[in-house]
Amino acid sequence: MEGFLNLFVKSIFIENMIFAYFLGMCSYLAVSKTVKTAVGLGFAVIFVLAITVPINFLLDTYLLRPGALQWLDPSYAEIDLSFLSFIMFIAVIASMVQLVEMIVEKFAPALYGALGIFLPLIAVNCAILGGSLFMQQKDFSGVAESAVYGWGSGVGWLLAMLAIAAIREKIIYSNVPAPLRGLGITFIITGLMALGFMSFMGIKL
Amino acid sequence: MADKEAKSSEKPTLLFLNKESEPLFSKKNRALLTDPLDDNNPITVQVLGVCSALAITVQLKPALVMTLSVVAVMGASNVIISLLRNLIPNRIRIIVQLVVVASMVILVDQILRAYAYDVSKQLSIFIGLIITNCIVMGRLEAFALGNGVWKSFLDGIGNAAGYGFILIVVAFFRELLGSGKLFGFQVIPDALYEMGYENNGLMLLSPMALITVGVFIWIQRARNRKLIEKN
Repeated sequence: MEGFLNLFVKSIFIENMIFAYFLGMCSYLAVSKTVKTAVGLGFAVIFVLAITVPINFLLDTYLLRPGALQWLDPSYAEIDLSFLSFIMFIAVIASMVQLVEMIVEKFAPALYGALGIFLPLIAVNCAILGGSLFMQQKDFSGVAESAVYGWGSGVGWLLAMLAIAAIREKIIYSNVPAPLRGLGITFIITGLMALGFMSFMGIKL
Repeated sequence: MADKEAKSSEKPTLLFLNKESEPLFSKKNRALLTDPLDDNNPITVQVLGVCSALAITVQLKPALVMTLSVVAVMGASNVIISLLRNLIPNRIRIIVQLVVVASMVILVDQILRAYAYDVSKQLSIFIGLIITNCIVMGRLEAFALGNGVWKSFLDGIGNAAGYGFILIVVAFFRELLGSGKLFGFQVIPDALYEMGYENNGLMLLSPMALITVGVFIWIQRARNRKLIEKN
């Protein structure tokens, strides 16, 4: 239990998708103009990450890893399909996003209307594919661990999104030098926030 | 801006059979190559492909390898999608695009592992992330789906070059100021260190990539006033 909690906190703060790895920056910059849309997208990302990371973990363990096909037949021990992982992962993510979109449309039309275009955009959010690829490198021992990791990364992403959107809502009232307005100042603020997040790096969990 | 003009002026023609035959490097085609370098830069103006641009700019060498990989992937996938553009049903185009890009990226990844193993280790997951690099998908959607093969090829190469240009500039400053080296060779003379010069370790940390890009945008927009945002 303690291990799960450590992993959760670590994936939110120490290995924050945006401030430590800069994953999902495109939608982070594009959708962070108001807090409301930022939160909507954040929750959608949490949901998709928490589903796709464990699925891809199972695919990786039972299909792609060198020797992963052993459970089918001992003679398959030599087979290494890991070069297929990119295409497998992206296929899982794209179909998952499609599925999530259909489910949300059917059972929660209000939420569907609120998320609008952002839902399909998640398929090309690098944070999602990044989560699966990091999971592959981390050698988790079970599905539960990978699910906690996916969930935690999503929460970290939402947190970063919320913070920058709140700052951007307020910065309209400041007198920013004209060439720096909009994109430039957002980059610099994100840099300063990332500096702040670096203080978590000293924490050993 | 440039691609909108191109889109409206060109009707979909069959593959290479361009009726009004243009010279290969006509003025319009050259603009496809040069526009993304400054006025329509994918990173600083279109805000595409920011993620990988920031994470791998600590040193010049990985930045250069990344640039070449993106040039290869974008050139090839733009050509393929442009060849297929009249055959792809609209509803499943995103999945088709992802599959084409993913296959190209797998090729690049395998080649890097075979011939430049240490760099491919350094780039780790970021080669894989070219698949979801919005710059590739963005150009496929915005350009290759509606334009001929040669034009799409130029657009792909041009945008990848604009992306690489930022990568290399940022990596140049970060490596020079952060570790006093370029491409791994020391360029700041020992004499300077003896006089008390210190490398700025902060430049090696990830937040400085963001701030460097921010300052770059500032300089670019101060020079090129029409890019300034309202707000």
